[in-house]
Amino acid sequence: MTKKNRSFIALDVLLIVLTLLPIVAVLILKVLTNVPSEGISITGARVFFTLPLPLGGLPITESQINSAAVILSLFFLCLYMTHGIAERPNTRRQLLVEWVVEKTESMVSDSMGSFFAGYAPFIAAILALSALSSLMSLFGLYPPTSDINIVAGWAILVFILITYYKLKGGLGNYLKGFTEPIFIMTPLNILGEVATPVSMAFRHYGNVLSGSVIAVLIAAALQGLSSLLLGWLPGVFGEIPFLQIGLPAILSLYFDLFSGCMQAYIFAMLTMLNISGGFPEDEYERRRQKKLLKKQQKTKTND
Amino acid sequence: MELAIGIILGCCALGAGLCTGIGAIGPGVGEGNAVSKACEAIGRQPESKGAVTSTMIMGCAIAETTGIYSLVISILLIFVAPNILTNILVNAISSLL
Repeated sequence: MTKKNRSFIALDVLLIVLTLLPIVAVLILKVLTNVPSEGISITGARVFFTLPLPLGGLPITESQINSAAVILSLFFLCLYMTHGIAERPNTRRQLLVEWVVEKTESMVSDSMGSFFAGYAPFIAAILALSALSSLMSLFGLYPPTSDINIVAGWAILVFILITYYKLKGGLGNYLKGFTEPIFIMTPLNILGEVATPVSMAFRHYGNVLSGSVIAVLIAAALQGLSSLLLGWLPGVFGEIPFLQIGLPAILSLYFDLFSGCMQAYIFAMLTMLNISGGFPEDEYERRRQKKLLKKQQKTKTND
Repeated sequence: MELAIGIILGCCALGAGLCTGIGAIGPGVGEGNAVSKACEAIGRQPESKGAVTSTMIMGCAIAETTGIYSLVISILLIFVAPNILTNILVNAISSLL
């Protein structure tokens, strides 16, 4: 073992620890501040404290802290995965990362076209953030995606991108698009424009929230059933919720793992389709040609 | 007073049940249609199974959206609406007295 090798391994371990640290910190925070509740209680994200700002207070909630933890964790995971990459792949993690990058790039260029090939990092970031946020409920934490504010933020970001690429075809064409096919349809078209981010946000949030609500209801029902079956036993034995062991995990397999990953995929897919679908490629190309022609004429006259 | 609160709670529960119950019909029929057509397509062209399956799952998830909306509304009706409505009622009655 050379000295360089040892420092390499030390950095690796440090990065793994830093990857796991945010999740563990959030878990500890949850355990420390958890208020035991009687019976079924379904509440929104807990508010830790409120930042006093000129325009009303800004509440710092559990979902914000959890999503910040996910972002930090992903950041250190990326650092760990790309640590010590070489031109010729010699580690397993580099091969894995290259596979992921190639898959994302091919997915993005397949569904968005070659013009948007540079969008692969953005799409991958949305996918990873959404999937990991939903998977947080596996640890018993509050998944940030079951708070509509977080998902609505992403949807607004996507909406801004959609509008930006629609405006690339010219403001006049963008405004004219609202009166298609006839001008009576204008209110409906405006509604449809606003409905895109709203439906994206509600779809993701509703799926994750319904999963966690059903999990809470099932857990309460199993507790009731097991106390009904074992309630006649004296002392501590009567209070063991034996049906709650393992059974909710089967449901969690669908609602947390499958549904969470599925929704992340769908959110990313819809982002890609909406951004590339709204982009008027012919119009943009025409304008670009015109601009180029004008530039050439200008340089000619200057000469 | 108790009667009024009872009516509020009952109507909230009734509305929640009707909302998800009726709202689940559409996505159910739609997803069934999508899956049956996908099965037909795979039967006709078994080599296109991957593309058909991923498109089908995508379409199913989008067809599910309206069902999810009704589910969100019934969750709100069960867990959020009764408190708000009861508070409004109590405030109105106490302002009358």
